Amino acid sequence: MDQHFARTDMLPPMPPPVTERGAIKWGRENLFSTPLNIALTVLGVGIIWWVITASLPWWLNSVWTASSLGECRDIVAASAGEGATGACWAMIRQWWGAFIFGFYPPTEWWRPILAFGLLFAALSPVLFSGQTRNLTLILGVVLVFLVGTLWLAEAPALAFALSVALVVGLLALAQVRPGLTLWFTVAYPALCFWLLWGGSVWGPLVAMAGFAILYGVFRFGSPFIGLAPAAGAGVVAAVLWWLYLDVPVVNSLQSMLPFSLRSINSDQFGGFLLAIVIGVTGISFSLPIGILLALGRQSDMLIVKSLSVGFIEFIRGVPLITLLFTASLLLQYFLPPGTNFDIILRVIILVTFFAAAYLAEVIRGGLAALPRGQYEAADALGLDYWRAQRLIILPQALKISIPSIVSTFIGLFKDTTLVAFVGLMDPLKGVTQIVRADINWKGIYWEPYIFVGAIFFVICFGMSRYSMYLEKKLKTDHR
Amino acid sequence: MAMAADVPKDSFRLSMLIYDTRYRSYTIQIVVLVLFALAVAWLLNNTVQNLEARGKQFNFAFLWQRAGYDIGQQLVPYTNDSTHFRALLVGLMNTLVVAFFGCILATILGVLIGVLRLSKNWLVSRLMTVYVEMFRNVPLLLWILLSYVLLSETTPAPNAFRITDEMAAAGEAPAASMILWDSLAITNRGTNIPSPLFERGLGSADLGFMTLNLTFLALVLVIAASVFVNRRILVSARATQEDTGVRPVTWWKSLLVLFAPTIALLIAMGFHLEVPELRGFNFQGGILVAHSFTALLLALTLYTAAFIAEIVRAGIQAISRGQSEAAFALGLRPGRTMNLIILPQALRVIIPPLISQFLNLTKNTSLGIAVSYLDLRGTLGGITLNQTGRELECMLLMMLIYLSISLIISAVMNMYNSSVQLKAR
Repeated sequence: MDQHFARTDMLPPMPPPVTERGAIKWGRENLFSTPLNIALTVLGVGIIWWVITASLPWWLNSVWTASSLGECRDIVAASAGEGATGACWAMIRQWWGAFIFGFYPPTEWWRPILAFGLLFAALSPVLFSGQTRNLTLILGVVLVFLVGTLWLAEAPALAFALSVALVVGLLALAQVRPGLTLWFTVAYPALCFWLLWGGSVWGPLVAMAGFAILYGVFRFGSPFIGLAPAAGAGVVAAVLWWLYLDVPVVNSLQSMLPFSLRSINSDQFGGFLLAIVIGVTGISFSLPIGILLALGRQSDMLIVKSLSVGFIEFIRGVPLITLLFTASLLLQYFLPPGTNFDIILRVIILVTFFAAAYLAEVIRGGLAALPRGQYEAADALGLDYWRAQRLIILPQALKISIPSIVSTFIGLFKDTTLVAFVGLMDPLKGVTQIVRADINWKGIYWEPYIFVGAIFFVICFGMSRYSMYLEKKLKTDHR
Repeated sequence: MAMAADVPKDSFRLSMLIYDTRYRSYTIQIVVLVLFALAVAWLLNNTVQNLEARGKQFNFAFLWQRAGYDIGQQLVPYTNDSTHFRALLVGLMNTLVVAFFGCILATILGVLIGVLRLSKNWLVSRLMTVYVEMFRNVPLLLWILLSYVLLSETTPAPNAFRITDEMAAAGEAPAASMILWDSLAITNRGTNIPSPLFERGLGSADLGFMTLNLTFLALVLVIAASVFVNRRILVSARATQEDTGVRPVTWWKSLLVLFAPTIALLIAMGFHLEVPELRGFNFQGGILVAHSFTALLLALTLYTAAFIAEIVRAGIQAISRGQSEAAFALGLRPGRTMNLIILPQALRVIIPPLISQFLNLTKNTSLGIAVSYLDLRGTLGGITLNQTGRELECMLLMMLIYLSISLIISAVMNMYNSSVQLKAR
């Protein structure tokens, strides 16, 4: 006889053993899997422990109100006992204006603040062309930021009202005709220049009129004499305008309608204001120049190619400091006798060239990474060179090179600290040196460097995270 | 029937220079060339006029005038009576020595951090991420200034190392003590390190334009010879392995060849270290390394290492998992997989960006000006320029030198790069 036994119901599954679940399993896998890993973990914990025990009391004993380093130390000794260490952030409280604005007169601080806020208002039409929702969002944030900071900076009532009216007007425009906000972007450089440096409002306006003349001549001349000659005529007309008519027109307009802000010298700029002015201008001008150089380097035309290669390799071969010294010492030799233009402008030009050469190499990498078929397809469609570049090649090449482009931008922003060597007051060396030379704060070293370093870190880290987000967002291939 | 080929033959018209793609590139190039030549002529003309207006001439004769300033760190003999050219050489050597040690240290640290960042150990990889992000996102200038300030303001003065008789009697320790078995003293004036001395050195030979240290030369020659012999041993071992399939044991031969001759030479020349000692108010003996050098080297190393770590990490991650899985399937152990399979392939991805990091490091040595380190920028582009007032010559010469250094480094590294690249057949 045969007996069968078959289980009719399943056993309930046992929970995994204690060592194979939860924190223990995770620790066994991630911290203690091999003897080497155990050693590394112990070492890591040791380092963290050392850093914490060494610096935690210092952070905890921070002093926020004092008028000198000695007073700070007395307060720390009184509260935490003799021999205790403590950070003295009171120094930052006393000097933060210099760290942010340099020697920019405090009564005029609303101007850089307004320019900074409007920067985002000017950028948003480019970043979100025609998307009313995003435009409204950005402009709303700008409005809140401006109202808050201008109120804190005790801006004059008229300036306050005008800036709020400007942003509200832009907001209204974004609701009705979002495309038109782009004109604000076009006008922004002149507005920003006028806000920061002050002087007569007519200077930047008349200079901008030169570009309008260029465009007008090109637009109305091209049906009669062809595209290229019209462009040439436009450039000639604009240059003539700037060379001969600019100054008299500005003077006569100024005498008729005197409307000007207090003029600020370049040596009053400093701190992060200076770093951001140089960084933002350098970034926005180096990208187009870099693209042109990269295209020139990839070109079939021998002369164009060798000039581009020569420029790129020369700039990349020398340190930025030597280029900055060229700006401060050598430009006076290379320009017509008697020319003497602003040191910040000279520095910006050289920094732009420097970044453009690096960008050109980065973009060239992107151009080279595109499959040959893309170029051939563009040709097969009958697109001419510029259309092919604009519609087919560059969008893809730039997309590939976004991470490297952004890290070049980060490098440029960090390199703005080097302007200290040509006598400008950057936040790191310039301002910190002044603070450390102050009799009250002599001997302070961690606090200013931590403060400046933290701001740089936040900006640069933010830029690199944004590039990662952009890269992910633009990733359209299905590999 | 009319033939389609009867199209009228175009005669050349002037407008074809712009609208015909066959001629357009010539037009563009000629226009560009003319514009470039005009720009160069304009700049040169301005320069000539400006030089005339200032009553200056463009020549390099000032390089042979007396310099008249002192340089702290000098790797070629120099006094303030030497010429500006000599000062230039000293500066150049100072630039190169920081760049050389910086590249080596940054590579070692960078590879270590890059590999650890990929480690399966959660804690260690997070710590390395913190390191990389911290150093990459803060300007190099901050690290240079901070290390300099920390070195020169938080380190004890030399007299803190003193043990007075009362302290010895009371059994007290001095406020500061030397580290690394009493051979290294870090004071607020600099770091005192032991110096190598030879009792029976070979002296030096005067070649007229420079003096040659024969002791040093002998050492270099012996080391080069041992490396060459070692390479021969390895080549012959390889040949034997190819012939017979059995690799002869070479490690003891290599060790012997690499180290025995050098050690024998050092003993023969009476090599010993002179340890710095506190005498009077300062340390005597040994070598005083200025804080400007240490701070610059430290900051450059830490900063560049963060970038190299990212390059190494990207290079290793670029190798597909299939490679290491295939190696494991063949039965290779993890260490050999890394050495034989992953690294040779990753190296091809790593080297080109590594070259540009070396170039960046070399160019960044010019930031030594922030801590008054007298490198090329500090001598030729700094004191010499200010003393002689020859901005144009000094700046052009300095740019030329930096450019040549960059080109030489990239040429050498590109040669190395092409030797490790895949040979496409």
